[in-house]
Amino acid sequence: MTTLAVRDLTVAYGRSVRALRRVSLEVPAGEIVAVLGSNGAGKTTIMRAISGTLRFHRAAIESGEISYGERRLTGAPAHRAVAAGVVQAPEGRRVFARLTVEENLRAGALGAARGAAGRRDRVFELFPVLAERRGQRAALLSGGEQQMLAMGRALMAAPKVLLLDEPTLGLAPLMAERIAETIREINRQGTSVLLVEQNAALALRLAGTAYVLDVGEVALHGPAAELAASDEVRRRYLGVTEEAGPLDAAPRRTLARWSA
Amino acid sequence: MTRLLELLINGVSLGAVYALIALGFVVIFRATEVVNFAHASLLLLGGYVTAVLHDDLGFLGALAVGVAAAALCGAFLEFVLLRRAKARRDVVAIATVGIDIVLTAELTRRIGTGVLSLGDPWHNSVVHIGGVTIAQTRIAALLTAAVLIGAFLAAFKYTSWGVSMRAVAEDSETAALMGIRLGRVSMSAWCVAGALAAVAAVFITAFPTPGLDRTTSVAALKAFPAAILGGLDSTTGALVGGLLIGLTESLVGGYQDDLSFLGRGLGDVAPYAVMVAVLLLRPAGLFGTREVSRV
Repeated sequence: MTTLAVRDLTVAYGRSVRALRRVSLEVPAGEIVAVLGSNGAGKTTIMRAISGTLRFHRAAIESGEISYGERRLTGAPAHRAVAAGVVQAPEGRRVFARLTVEENLRAGALGAARGAAGRRDRVFELFPVLAERRGQRAALLSGGEQQMLAMGRALMAAPKVLLLDEPTLGLAPLMAERIAETIREINRQGTSVLLVEQNAALALRLAGTAYVLDVGEVALHGPAAELAASDEVRRRYLGVTEEAGPLDAAPRRTLARWSA
Repeated sequence: MTRLLELLINGVSLGAVYALIALGFVVIFRATEVVNFAHASLLLLGGYVTAVLHDDLGFLGALAVGVAAAALCGAFLEFVLLRRAKARRDVVAIATVGIDIVLTAELTRRIGTGVLSLGDPWHNSVVHIGGVTIAQTRIAALLTAAVLIGAFLAAFKYTSWGVSMRAVAEDSETAALMGIRLGRVSMSAWCVAGALAAVAAVFITAFPTPGLDRTTSVAALKAFPAAILGGLDSTTGALVGGLLIGLTESLVGGYQDDLSFLGRGLGDVAPYAVMVAVLLLRPAGLFGTREVSRV
């Protein structure tokens, strides 16, 4: 089975700002793997490194390796990653606003033209609302619909590993829940998923394995269920405190969390 | 009345040719965010190759070689400036100014003081429709430009090339994430722009203009206000801008005698005056979506 593997990856922006330090992680075939961490922990940088778009941000891999099965992806341009089956739906959705929904999906299939019609039917099945709005400009879609389009567009490239960067960012809870359900469905249909999320509760529920990044390094990793149960993750990322005490004790605990 | 009609038809035809050139500007700008100041010299190159070869190859053969030469030259510029040098976009724009000077200097040296014919089959024949007299070249220009622009717009809207071009124009990083190869898109844009310019060279130098000479690139430069006033990132803008400039030049030139209080040679200045006027009202151009602040 093919595994997406990142080994000892160090990435720097410009000459001095090191965003990742010897980070290793694995996405085994058929799994959902989550990467958690606060702002600036380096989650998005991992995504950029894997999908070959560091160069757009004046960043480069200093050392380490990225591979998908036998294929070495370290420092490869973006289209090589897509050709290998590693496709990213970027943070903030980034749909092509002036293109129609259908043209967005077409743009998604440009890196993998064969079988595009069949994949489009699958995307419309997964997201019926996109089929209804196929002729509309993407700018007119709601945030949730744009996220669906961004995921559908990535699916058009026939990914074997789907990289999702903050898919629920800024969405209403109900919509976030629907996106989560869809991620599970996509995974059931045989696509591995690497999921970067700030919503740790949701990510840990979806994922089999999780990594916690802290200032560019892997602080913790293991089965998601174990992490979800661990004190440190509960305290720092799930906002759960040990004793569900009475309200009057709340202010001090909040302070403790901020200073952590 | 017939005079006005003649001027209008000539203006539309001239405008269609400017639109061809302006379309090249816009395609390059959309795909690579570079304002290509070397565009006029690409046109001159295409025209020169056609002029030199038409005795041996016939008009269409020579034109094909001219188009290919301009397209290749465009691709070469893209390769050197964008692929190899990886300079910032505004630096590349300035570099194109230098390239334009070098190319134009070399071509005008070769052309010398002569006036070269491109060997088009229409010569100076005219058609009479009603009382209106129109040069055949103007009709050919209008038809050719209409066909080419139509084909281009259809390709832009419906083909994979067009979709990738528009995707890259909107967000190149995300386009790359979809597996679109940015290098190919940008090179194809420079090729297409060069080819369109070479075709335009035929009609810019054809009757009633005497032929290809050292002032041709100045005439070609009028497509620049056309692209700017339409909005540098809008294909519709290039078409409307081209027509506007063509009509302005034709009408102002035609009624020059009535406008003599403004001095002579007004037809050459008018396009730029119109551009300035439009930009005062709409800084992004008529159809542009972003203001060009980086140039």
